Amino acid sequence: MIQIEHLSKTFGSEETQHHALVDINLTINDGDIFGILGESGAGKSTLVRCMNLLERPTQGKVLVDGVDATQLSDSQLRTLRRSIGMIFQNFSLFQQRSVLSNVMFPLELVRADAKQSEARARELLELVGLADKANAYPAQLSGGQQQRVAIARALVNKPRVMLCDEATSALDTITTRQILDLLKDINRELGVTIILITHSLVVARYICNRVAVIDAGQIVEQGDTATVFDNPTSDVARALLGLEG
Amino acid sequence: MEAISAFFNEYGALLAGGTWDTIVMTGLSTLFAYVLGIPLGVAVVVTSPDGLRPNRAVHTILGWIVNIGRSIPFIILLVAIIPFTRLIVGTSLGVPGAIVPLVVSAAPFVGRMVEQSLLEVDASLVEAAESFGANMWQIVTKVLVRESLPSLIRGVAITFIAVFGYSAMAGMVGAGGLGDIAIRYGYQRYQGDVMIATIVILVVLVQIVQSLGDLAAHKLDKRNR
Repeated sequence: MIQIEHLSKTFGSEETQHHALVDINLTINDGDIFGILGESGAGKSTLVRCMNLLERPTQGKVLVDGVDATQLSDSQLRTLRRSIGMIFQNFSLFQQRSVLSNVMFPLELVRADAKQSEARARELLELVGLADKANAYPAQLSGGQQQRVAIARALVNKPRVMLCDEATSALDTITTRQILDLLKDINRELGVTIILITHSLVVARYICNRVAVIDAGQIVEQGDTATVFDNPTSDVARALLGLEG
Repeated sequence: MEAISAFFNEYGALLAGGTWDTIVMTGLSTLFAYVLGIPLGVAVVVTSPDGLRPNRAVHTILGWIVNIGRSIPFIILLVAIIPFTRLIVGTSLGVPGAIVPLVVSAAPFVGRMVEQSLLEVDASLVEAAESFGANMWQIVTKVLVRESLPSLIRGVAITFIAVFGYSAMAGMVGAGGLGDIAIRYGYQRYQGDVMIATIVILVVLVQIVQSLGDLAAHKLDKRNR
């Protein structure tokens, strides 16, 4: 379970302050596919980066299974990050490494046994349907395939949570659907909690059981996907859904 | 034909020896310049405002060292640090005497080249590595250096060629090598044929080094399909 309490993030010096996030409160339950929905610049990416402390919140707590991540030492934080997988809009694969080596990367960091690492990596490539691409390099793959490799890499440490930062925004419609189906399977079969950032209503509606709508750094609405979509109470959510006024 | 074979009979050994001295001088200087320049370049990147461990003071001082090192013309540096050169290798003459000033001159240059190569690595890859729990050392070695390897190799070729040029200047103070031969025979004894032979050798060597560098970088770069 991830609980975010009174989290704020401010960028810049005192004169040029920019309040990226203001007093965010969220609870994400185990097994959720939780969508954070908002326009560009609303603060979604900053929020998801606060969950594994790639961004350090200015104020507030990030409780991961009850432990406040903001209070951890650097090495404790690195350990925590290993239990939280992450995938990115532009895949962020290492271009000079093979697919297999990319997937093994998180295990290489902890000097895991090479043979076991390779077996684990191959198992995940099998899961994402790319077993035959183990020796290829990212530049030889399509966008959808690259994101599958990134998913395998994010899962290699057996995380309980996976953060997805606009994971399908660079992909076409059909590929997006395939990636979302894969994420659903991972959620259902491996029990991985998924936190997904998106500006796409279609994506949120297709995959999320719960959503939060964020605007100008504040959560304006949250709840079950169906409830939020059928009865948006905030102006922003109504505008996002195309229901003006 | 006869003139050419007569020329090689007389100067072949001299030119071969000079070529070998130049290659050794340049190769060793480039090697030692990288031993100093890689940590320097990494430190500049790591301490930069957007770096892994921002440190304005260290970053500024390293920047000065790099710029001062690169702003002193080699021919002046060569003479200016003779006492230092004697301290390190016991002589300011010959190949050993040339290597010290060549390294001192090339290391800041290498530092800047390494910095540029590392900066080419997409910041999102660093972020991804951090998200998997990589520490600073792992990010430097497994992401920054590894991902910029083709660019670093290109830098080695450029550095080698620059040091090559400097090593000819070292010839002026009796450091040996092709520069020394060009000065003594070509300039002081008006032997234009020896001068031209050294130039041809230098041009050919530069072409070989650059081609090898390009080839290695291209072969190594997995972004090429």
